[in-house]
Amino acid sequence: MTEPVAPGSAPEPAAPPETVAARLAFFQQAGGLIVPLITAVLAFLIAGVIVAATGHNPITAYWDIAKGAGLNWFGHLSTDTGTTSAYNFTQTLLGTTTLILTGLAVAFAFRCGLFNIGGQGQYLVGLIVANWVGVTMVHLTRPAHVLIGVALATLAGAIWAGIAGFLKATVGAHEVITTIMLNWIATYIGAYAFGQGGPLQGSQPSAPISGTVVPSARIPYFWGDATLGGLHVGFFAALVALVIFWAVLNRTTLGYEVRAVGFNPDAAAYGGISVRKNYIRAMAISGAFAGLAGGMDMLGQFAPIGFGTLDVYGSSIGFLGIAVALLGRNTAVGTGLAALLFGGLLYGTTHGLSSNVIDPQLTGNLTSIIQGLVVLFVGADVLILYIWNARRKLARRVAPSP
Amino acid sequence: MLELRGITKRFPGVVADDHVDFDLQRGEVHALLGENGAGKSTLMNILYGLYKPDEGEIRIGGKPVSFGSAKDAIEQGIGMVHQHFMLIPVMTVAENIVLAQEPTHAGVLLDFDAARERVRHLSETFSFAIDPDSRVERISVGQQQRVEILKALYRRADILILDEPTAVLTPQEAQELFGILRTLVREGMSVIFITHKLNEVLELADRITVLRRGKRIDTIPRAGATEQGLARMMVGRDVLLRLEKKAGQPGDPLLEVRHLHVEDDRHLPAVRDVSFEVRGGEIVGIAGVEGNGQTELVEAITGLRHPKSGEVVVAGRTISHGTARRMLDAGVGHIPEDRQRRGLVLEFSIAENIALHDYCYPPDSRYGWLFPGRLVQRARELIREFDVRGGGPQTRAAALSGGNQQKLVAAREVARDPKVLVAAQPTRGLDVGAIEFLHQRLVEERDEGRAILLISLELDEVLSLSDRILVIFEGQIVAEHASGATEEEIGVEMLGGRREAVA
Repeated sequence: MTEPVAPGSAPEPAAPPETVAARLAFFQQAGGLIVPLITAVLAFLIAGVIVAATGHNPITAYWDIAKGAGLNWFGHLSTDTGTTSAYNFTQTLLGTTTLILTGLAVAFAFRCGLFNIGGQGQYLVGLIVANWVGVTMVHLTRPAHVLIGVALATLAGAIWAGIAGFLKATVGAHEVITTIMLNWIATYIGAYAFGQGGPLQGSQPSAPISGTVVPSARIPYFWGDATLGGLHVGFFAALVALVIFWAVLNRTTLGYEVRAVGFNPDAAAYGGISVRKNYIRAMAISGAFAGLAGGMDMLGQFAPIGFGTLDVYGSSIGFLGIAVALLGRNTAVGTGLAALLFGGLLYGTTHGLSSNVIDPQLTGNLTSIIQGLVVLFVGADVLILYIWNARRKLARRVAPSP
Repeated sequence: MLELRGITKRFPGVVADDHVDFDLQRGEVHALLGENGAGKSTLMNILYGLYKPDEGEIRIGGKPVSFGSAKDAIEQGIGMVHQHFMLIPVMTVAENIVLAQEPTHAGVLLDFDAARERVRHLSETFSFAIDPDSRVERISVGQQQRVEILKALYRRADILILDEPTAVLTPQEAQELFGILRTLVREGMSVIFITHKLNEVLELADRITVLRRGKRIDTIPRAGATEQGLARMMVGRDVLLRLEKKAGQPGDPLLEVRHLHVEDDRHLPAVRDVSFEVRGGEIVGIAGVEGNGQTELVEAITGLRHPKSGEVVVAGRTISHGTARRMLDAGVGHIPEDRQRRGLVLEFSIAENIALHDYCYPPDSRYGWLFPGRLVQRARELIREFDVRGGGPQTRAAALSGGNQQKLVAAREVARDPKVLVAAQPTRGLDVGAIEFLHQRLVEERDEGRAILLISLELDEVLSLSDRILVIFEGQIVAEHASGATEEEIGVEMLGGRREAVA
């Protein structure tokens, strides 16, 4: 508490924050950068204990994950994706691209007091629409084809999330419930569309996989080879999205409304702000981020290989966005950093580990474990603050501050 | 019988209580007087075991005691009635009273008959006139308070702490409460009475301890104490207790309410066929007991709730389907009754809060683009003009004290230059200094020619500020007075006493 205290003002004991959004706001102000760091460190420590419990050395395992994520690329900088470290690093950044956007999809809604669990569904509808554009509109030429594909995917995500916002604003249906339901609808639409006999199935009748995207609709690669995989320019779009997210929230009247509604809908209504309109609009903007993620994935990394029914069932990148947003405290910078962390984890755990450093059963699941722990600790925000404050008190007792 | 010695409690950045001494004798009412934030509640929470003091000791009957929790305090015979009652509405009076200390059959089964009997016995002993079998949600606020007192008595308290007990009561109910407290004291109980109302102190207390900014200023007997003297001790300077104002000079009607019907959240009629007008340069006060439709009336006038029928006319323009935005744009300012829930976004900075209505207009924004620098600039001006203390434009509103939060709300509403200003309980929970400021400001705004509608549960406030007084009861305006009506007269009408005569 560095604010000057008014003469005669007593510190009223902070009332326990009630709503999810209020808790989150409290967390944001109390924690700053420290709390997310503790959250991440705690999650890694506990996951390390699990690695140790399987009889492996957690330090070696984490080092191998780091190498698998391409972090050793910084040791010998090379743009040649022929080297393993550079290739790994491009794949980490590719994952980061998607996670930034699915993270923002959760973060934006959160700033309006809404919990968007539907990033996964919004991502999928974006991906499906992009596939449709990328496969069918063959007469289009390159920049237009890519842009139309990405734009329609974004729009699809916005509409998908907007449905949940609309239901919340009109009949009061809770967005957690509706977005979860919409996830399943999107999942089964995808499974049907890409499946055998589905409208978007590729040329092989026996394979339940979508058609490949025609070259004119593929997002250009700037690092690495398009067919072998590398990093496409969508990465920059994600970085721009972070800037837009920040600017919209902090520098526009729209963002002012979103934050006012998120902190206190009663006061926002009193201020003349339509709470309903903001619920719909914030959900739509959230969905746009996730839809963009799906569109760019489809026209980027999945363009040459297609996206199958099994991929639809197995995909969880939209859900991972929840952990990204929570760890990033729903800020632009935080979401960017958290996306990088999870992007590295995701690729590092699935590609960097051999069975002598980690239990093979644990490899891919380690990301999920850390993800779960992060979400858990965000729920236990007060606990982490308590630990942090206790530590500070202890330090003060040892060395009284001047 | 009870002594607090050198009690000190520090919170980050502030000393709430600084070596405070306090003692209580058997059979006395000891008033604890002070502004908000003077440390009254902190001191009593320490006595009730809710906080641990950093320094100092508590002695009961000469023996030092230490309370780890409220349970320890209860065992030592201390009972506390909080400002907000801690009752379970759907349970009966008797069930609420025995809660957590229920009499049982054979240690397992609840013995409701015994519970009821003991409650009835207590109630009769002290002539509380409460039916143990009524459900708490169905009895009046005053009766609920008595249930809280009974709860303390049931737990064999002989020291009773009351935290601002009259804040929720009508004048009549307050008198009844004082009667009960006198009976209790006669029976040998001791009462600590926390308040910032001077007249109550002089009426009820045997001794008075005044706190200011965490320090005990003095403890004096009632004999010889005066309102002026006590106010000076509380605030540290001379205070204008009775507002001095000239008679208003009403102009054209700026707010007209015609046959307004409004429903509450449960779709029950809350405001029934209310019509009145407020002229420019006039303060019209609405007196009434809490929950008689005031909240719904204010919300309908300010566009926060759609009336079922009837109309609201602002400066000659009928505003149908008024949203909050339309009402704001038509020139209605609103100081809401709950500044923390409604009036402010506590997580926003002062600057952002000041922009709460006008963020979407130049100069705050243009084409949807917000200019935070201009928000800060404007906040700086208003902070100076309204003497908001405790922070700058970037300080979060939550960090301000209640009085300064309310000044912030008032600053924003008045600075918009509204034609009509609806002030709902503008001084609720504020201390003498802040009340003085806000009252003067309201009169100044009236003299500027605004139409001011004042809704307050404090009859004193309505009487001293208003040029005309309307009394609301069960959603209807049951009486109208020119200024100069007496407290007794209006008090009866607030309880529906003269309803038939008027209607």
